[in-house]
Amino acid sequence: MYSEQVMDHFMNPRNMGEIPDANGVGEVGNPTCGDIMRITLRIEDDRIVDAKFKTFGCAAAIASSSMATELIRGKTLDEALAVTNRAVAEALEGLPPQKLHCSVLAEEGIHKAIDDYRARQGAPEASGG
Amino acid sequence: MTDGGRRLVYLDHAATTPTRPEVARAMLPYFSERFGNPSSLYALAREAKEAVEEARGRVAAAIGAAPEEVFFTSGGTEADNWAIKGVAAANRKKGDHIVTSSIEHHAVLHPCRALEKQGYRVTYLPVDEFGRVEPGAVEEAITDKTILVSVMAANNEIGTVQPVAAISEIAHDHGVLFHTDAVQAIGAIPVDVDAMGADLLAISAHKFGGPKGTGALYIRRKTRIGTFMDGGAQERGRRAGTENVPGIVGMGRAIELAVGEMPQNAPRLAAMRDRLIRGILDAVPDTRLNGHPTERLANNVNVAFRYVEGESILLMLDALGIAASTGSACTSASLEPSHVLTACGLPPEHAHGSLRLTLGHRNTEEDVDYVLEVLPGIIGRLREISPLTPER
Ligand SMILES: Cc1ncc(COP(=O)(O)O)c(C=O)c1O
Ligand SMILES: [Zn+2]
Repeated sequence: MYSEQVMDHFMNPRNMGEIPDANGVGEVGNPTCGDIMRITLRIEDDRIVDAKFKTFGCAAAIASSSMATELIRGKTLDEALAVTNRAVAEALEGLPPQKLHCSVLAEEGIHKAIDDYRARQGAPEASGG
Repeated sequence: MTDGGRRLVYLDHAATTPTRPEVARAMLPYFSERFGNPSSLYALAREAKEAVEEARGRVAAAIGAAPEEVFFTSGGTEADNWAIKGVAAANRKKGDHIVTSSIEHHAVLHPCRALEKQGYRVTYLPVDEFGRVEPGAVEEAITDKTILVSVMAANNEIGTVQPVAAISEIAHDHGVLFHTDAVQAIGAIPVDVDAMGADLLAISAHKFGGPKGTGALYIRRKTRIGTFMDGGAQERGRRAGTENVPGIVGMGRAIELAVGEMPQNAPRLAAMRDRLIRGILDAVPDTRLNGHPTERLANNVNVAFRYVEGESILLMLDALGIAASTGSACTSASLEPSHVLTACGLPPEHAHGSLRLTLGHRNTEEDVDYVLEVLPGIIGRLREISPLTPER
């Protein structure tokens, strides 16, 4: 059912945990649908120097958060905001159709964390997220 | 059991069981040697016909029925559909109301939904936190328009055994027919159509060591029920279609074995079940047992782990060679957790973390040891990943 990439990121998640001095935090999802993601970012000079996740959910949700944090580390905020759920799914060598919502959640989590950072900086909000 | 050297611990017997070798051996001659159509007239066909009737006798004996009350079907789903839609169609003049429970298998719930679309009314009875239907609730639900009460003998997810004898008595007091889905009950608890008060009873061979795609509906004599499959005159004109002769032969052999071995097998499985339940609850905090503490199938373990999701548990177990099942939404297309756990009052975040382990007669104490050895670590790992896990 899952690609090797999904299984690898599920069994050996990258960037799992919480950044203690995070300056951007995004939590998305709800327990009814069965997936909750918490993304913590450390942003310096408009660049993501560290990104971590914690996820309650299926293998696709865990793998999507792992891959999404990999894709945005070291990127500028605008570059990170351009990482779509499709990019996450493609980097995972595809997700089953009923699991695409898990990659959407990863994109939303990143947007929400960046919004949170910008709000803390008193800057205008990022694109919708 | 091993699979190419890899350890394989199969703990999903409620989903299906391996066909037992002696059952497969009994079936084999009916594919290529004794392949005759039971409806034909030559010796070859008579052999097939005799095999079907012998199997019918075995099924009947196993459930305390007469052979002419047993009708072979393509499985449990067809038997449930036939019971519900058949009674509804044949009793339309008498009434249009059906009483069932909210924790039935979809093979019962979906025919009921289909009937609702045709104008029938259906009452889905609630269950208590252990998944039991209260017989008094059946009494209250029955009206003068009720034509059928359908409550399963035992639940496939949580293993809760229902008080079917008390429920059928109430149905009969009101002149209402009683159907029970006994698919999970054969070989696990005593199944006797008279003791249970069943007018209709559904079974499925692949749940008790027989082949997939073969089942039966018991229909008590003089029960008003329509035909479901129209065509040839097989099954005394009540269920058309050339008989699945090898499947039927296999089912006859399998039910005889399963029911015959039950006195030894059920206590052995129950001991393994209880060791699993106690071992898991002792080793993993924030975990609860789903289903009834005592009124449950001998082979069923169902627990809910907080803060983690079931599909993740299954995949990590699978990586270690353990096959299990969950009531979490993420394994289904609907994104909703199990209707059974929800009906028992479990909040969705707990239902998502449910794990079902169902034992079978090949399982050993070593299998139990292995699960108890690896499962707490898997839950611990997933809880580390989860943002819901409280800091300790
Ligand atoms: C309680 C119950 N009823 C009905 C069925 C359907 O049986 P079958 O798979 O033979 O169609 C099952 C099996 O999934 C079941 O567990
Ligand atoms: Zn998911």
